[in-house]
Amino acid sequence: MADMATLVIDDLHVSIGDKPILKGLSLTMKQGERHVLMGANGSGKSTLAYALMGHPSYDVTSGSVTLDGEDLLALEPNERAKLGLFLAFQNPKEIPGVSVSNFLRQAAQSVRGEKISLRDFSRSMSANMKQLDMKPEFARRYLNDGFSGGERKRCEMLQLLTLAPRIAILDETDSGLDIQMRQLVADVVLAQHERTGFLVVTHYEDVVQQMQPDYVHIMTDGRIQMTGGIELAERLTAEKSWDWVAEEA
Amino acid sequence: MARPVNAETDQHDELRALRGDYAEKYGFHDDRVNVFETKRGLTEDIVREISAIKDEPAWMLEKRLEGLRHFLATPMPNWGGDLTGINFDEITYYVKASAQAETAWEDVPDDIKRTFDRLGVPEAERSALLGGVGAQYDSEVVYHSLKAQWEEQGVLFLSPEEAVQNHPDLVQEHFGKIIPYADNKFAALNTAVWSGGSFIYVPPGVHVDIPLQAYFRINTANAGQFERTLIIADEGSFVHYVEGCTAPIYSKDSLHSAVVEIVVKRGARVRYSTIQNWSNNVYNLVTKRAVAYADATMEWVDANLGSKLTMKYPAVVMLEPGAHGEVLSIAFAGAGQHQDAGSKMVHAAPNTTSRIISKSISKDGGRSTYRGLCKVYPGCTGVKANVVCDALLLDDKARSDTYPYMEVEEKQVDIGHEASVSRVGEEQLFYLMSRGLDEDAAIGMIVNGFIEPIVKELPMEYAVEMNRLIELQMEGSVG
Repeated sequence: MADMATLVIDDLHVSIGDKPILKGLSLTMKQGERHVLMGANGSGKSTLAYALMGHPSYDVTSGSVTLDGEDLLALEPNERAKLGLFLAFQNPKEIPGVSVSNFLRQAAQSVRGEKISLRDFSRSMSANMKQLDMKPEFARRYLNDGFSGGERKRCEMLQLLTLAPRIAILDETDSGLDIQMRQLVADVVLAQHERTGFLVVTHYEDVVQQMQPDYVHIMTDGRIQMTGGIELAERLTAEKSWDWVAEEA
Repeated sequence: MARPVNAETDQHDELRALRGDYAEKYGFHDDRVNVFETKRGLTEDIVREISAIKDEPAWMLEKRLEGLRHFLATPMPNWGGDLTGINFDEITYYVKASAQAETAWEDVPDDIKRTFDRLGVPEAERSALLGGVGAQYDSEVVYHSLKAQWEEQGVLFLSPEEAVQNHPDLVQEHFGKIIPYADNKFAALNTAVWSGGSFIYVPPGVHVDIPLQAYFRINTANAGQFERTLIIADEGSFVHYVEGCTAPIYSKDSLHSAVVEIVVKRGARVRYSTIQNWSNNVYNLVTKRAVAYADATMEWVDANLGSKLTMKYPAVVMLEPGAHGEVLSIAFAGAGQHQDAGSKMVHAAPNTTSRIISKSISKDGGRSTYRGLCKVYPGCTGVKANVVCDALLLDDKARSDTYPYMEVEEKQVDIGHEASVSRVGEEQLFYLMSRGLDEDAAIGMIVNGFIEPIVKELPMEYAVEMNRLIELQMEGSVG
């Protein structure tokens, strides 16, 4: 798998305003790998997700991020998307008046840099929607407008399937979902794991179990403190607290 | 909704290619010698001259002179937009570019034909999506056609000059009755110097189920265009009239001041759609009003994208029970533009209903004003009226104001009003950009989504055109 993309985060420091949130985070991941990121609220998981995608309010003060050697931090969010980076949002914004299918086709065309015929697009979208157990009418609804929490997350997964990124970050995509929907998110990860590297931010051990990640990272205070296998997630469930991480790191 | 789901995105690539500016697409002008123009400024002699050129009956000249007297005696309006830049002495009130109105494109003079070719007018006619086409160049209609099937059913689609000559009874019955010359200074001006426009009559029960289109073009610098349109939809009939307007970019201002009168008889329905895309040196001061009788429906779909200042408030006067009035409007104000637009709904009978949806977008210091009136006369019980006005601001310099006037003199009514102002948010932009859209495309998508509820009411070609014009405006290159 020599042509697999590699994301390298090296000693990343990120602030929001004057407040440092990430304090020297390093992580390397490859396309085809499943990484789970767990950590207490406020430890900087979402900050990492937004900073990687290039949100203008997140200020990278030092460190580097490369995707296949290319300096991600120098790029606009849309250029990062074109390189194959994807972020599934925790709270995706509504865009009234813009249908899901219109949005998705324009997004797919932008990311691929080529026109996609309506027929090809409709065919692949129908297949993706079927995979996610979505009704065809969903494509005509306005993006996230009046969607339930579950519909929003499902729509994020539909975008992931459509854009087929090389590296995908799922920012608590499973939060607020029932067990059935969490299973669906895990199924998407499993179905896509050969062509996409996943960084999944989650609080749920059952999601971790379903995804069978290659690595589990535990994050506190703006850094990754521990990296291991699925046993770290199991231990988190057993301990019901984060104290042991600080003691053992 | 007849529009395919992907009409917008299909347009997008085309748009990329089409990102010339207004100057290239619409802003050109023909250097031509006009057949005739009046001297600058406005006098009784000039009004008589215009009437004589048109070989009008005395009654029409008399209406013109009444209009002139009222115009001269009436001060400039001191509300709405800034009108101080208009110098009535500098305007040429009548410019005739071509000897006559033709009914075959081949006969239209070459340079004028080239203009309309560039604007896509004959192409639109050939597309079979239109029932008839009119084209006005400066003061005169240069081309008019109506498909045979409508002609056979007795539909009239003429220049108003032809109507004065050949259907004087219909004209006399309605001309100036819906909008009297004394209505306002600019209605008086139009009455005095009107030239061109459209006259439409639809006989009882006839449904003209594809739109009739008129295209208005100002070519001569500092010229005024004063078209006059009269539409009479007889009982149970239907017609959709669409007008588009553009002009070259000149350093001096032009004035467009139209009057549009519409009669919607019992059970009839008229839809009147405007895509106003004047260059940013045109004052666009237009009076539009319809009267709707029992169970009749009048719909104004009004998009204002161009002009320096637009003041336009399409009105529906509901005279008998069951009448319905509707205004769907979009205004886009960029740098140096003021769109002062809105609507008037006058409920003069019980059980009449109206709906206003107004959407405005402002950027680069542009200003959009919603100015609307909802009036209910005493005794008009069972009236239902609803007003929704939404403003979208694209930056901190843009401005939006809302003046919703309510004059409700009856208690047994149901009146609703909602207004909102929003900005394109950083989070929305980031979300769309994270999906590969560049910033322009992301803003364009948000704006097109914002106006979608109105655009979807337009026939597909116009919806597509509308999205295209919005994208041009987004480029900030207009005017």
